[in-house]
Amino acid sequence: MLRKLLVIGLMFLAQPALAEVRIDITQGNVKPLPVAITDFQGVKGSEGQLGQDISRVIAADLERSGLFKPIDKRAFIQSAESLAVQPRFGDWRQINAQALVQGRVEVQPDGRLRTEFRLWDVYAEQQMVGQAYFTSPTNWRRVAHIVADAIYKRLTGEDGYFDTQIVYVAESGLMTRRVKRLAIMDQDGENHKFLTDGSDLVVTPRFAPNLREITYLSFYRNTPRVYILNIDTGRREVVGDFPGMTYAPRFSNDGNKVVMSVSVDGNSEIFEMDLRTRRSMRLTDHPAIDTSPSYSPDGSQITFNSDRGGTQQLYVMNADGTNPHRISFGDGRYGTPVWSPRGDLIAFTKMKSGTFYIGVMRPDGSGERLLTEGYLVEAPTWAPNGRVLMFFRQRQGKGAGGDSFKLYSIDLTGYNERQVVTPMDASDPAWSPLIP
Amino acid sequence: MKLRVLSLFAALAILTACETAPTTGDSGAGKGAQTTVKQATPGSKEDFIANVGDRVFFDYDKSDLRADAKGQLDKQAEWLKKYPNAKALVEGHCDERGTREYNFGLGERRAKSVVEYLKAKGIAAARVRMVSYGKERPAVLGSNEAAWAQNRRGVTVVE
Repeated sequence: MLRKLLVIGLMFLAQPALAEVRIDITQGNVKPLPVAITDFQGVKGSEGQLGQDISRVIAADLERSGLFKPIDKRAFIQSAESLAVQPRFGDWRQINAQALVQGRVEVQPDGRLRTEFRLWDVYAEQQMVGQAYFTSPTNWRRVAHIVADAIYKRLTGEDGYFDTQIVYVAESGLMTRRVKRLAIMDQDGENHKFLTDGSDLVVTPRFAPNLREITYLSFYRNTPRVYILNIDTGRREVVGDFPGMTYAPRFSNDGNKVVMSVSVDGNSEIFEMDLRTRRSMRLTDHPAIDTSPSYSPDGSQITFNSDRGGTQQLYVMNADGTNPHRISFGDGRYGTPVWSPRGDLIAFTKMKSGTFYIGVMRPDGSGERLLTEGYLVEAPTWAPNGRVLMFFRQRQGKGAGGDSFKLYSIDLTGYNERQVVTPMDASDPAWSPLIP
Repeated sequence: MKLRVLSLFAALAILTACETAPTTGDSGAGKGAQTTVKQATPGSKEDFIANVGDRVFFDYDKSDLRADAKGQLDKQAEWLKKYPNAKALVEGHCDERGTREYNFGLGERRAKSVVEYLKAKGIAAARVRMVSYGKERPAVLGSNEAAWAQNRRGVTVVE
């Protein structure tokens, strides 16, 4: 478990700004905001290196969002020593910086790392944020992500998503004998770790809201069942006691329930399992395939995938299973609905005329927008702020085999699609909430 | 395409039989068939694969049995009646042109189509289990219609 970070606010020096710097992210393709991210300063021992590393991670986070353009450090005019006293805003305006980030790191006598940062509005000549964090020096990456989130939030008005993790399936080997392992990493690909050894086929991992548990499907002993894995203890436990296959699990947003598909005599129905009482409740009763359930953020509704209308389409029902109704009516097949953490949209995979798409629509089925396409794109997952999605893309190999599977992130607007670097092939990403 | 795959399985069965021949010794050879081509022990897994055929194929996003599949399953049922101690696991599989979770449901439905047919032909329910692999275990490599057609399948695995 990561140590809790102690956060304190630094004094605000300034009065309210007249027209402060701000990114309007209601637009599709925004021009990235030029921002100067200086090396965080340190005096003793490893502090200088830590400060540089933290600044590098902050800059990389902000750059990857597509909303910020960190300015090349070689263009900086004001020296670090001088900046530490007071920013000379004219120097920063001259290199077209709209915002300025400065900071300081110091290893305390008790061994803790104190990281302080300030965000300045270069044109208004005002401090926008000032905070200090205390944590173990080994936690420096988390501090960097938390600072990046604070900058993102102050300049866009929306919550950040950098202090998060991804759990996904690492793949290797021929498709006919594919080896799949659960793996976890920071949102930027760092701190990569395998959670399973590949001896059992595993797919579709999803985080519990506390990030300490993962629910997923394992073919352990060739018997496909939903499991919960505790990341800290390594203990895994089968969810429920069903005679048939269980699959497609997801936690409720309070972490008390898992909703999943259960094969009842060869037909897939959706069940909800209360993890506290161990009682399960059947939510669908239909000869169709009912799968891929996902709760609305308030837990009152569930979106799911069903072919009860002839082909696989998206549906929404109340959390108790009442009032199931179809929401997708476009041309083609739809799968993998996932409710946005903001509640305003449902992301999905669409298949039409041999092409796969990732798209979003409102929970009432209106406003369908397709964000990206390919031979196979599948399994969207939302960043906790509901602005960025991750999914996987399969590229066809030449001839038999040689296909590649990679993770990508994309902005809700359909812009800024980027590969998420993983050590090997990757699929089934799940984005965590912000780390508590 | 289908024939080619079946003959490949036959070849594998021969290989298996050859490899095991020295350990089974004379008794195995004595029980064995008259020609070298049919060395699989009658009633064995290899016999089932080589001389009956272990799989049937489905159309895209379908789980109803095609006419050719029914003919194949008739032969499977016949064999299972001939060897009443044999049990089988029926696997349902899909091609890669669907979403993973839906394909688990579709594979399950395909396995069930096979199991129900075998039961209707008099095979006891207790002798046939089923499992869905969705699109996780394609039989052949390739991203083309010929490969997908081979991968949309129900496979009866004699245990």
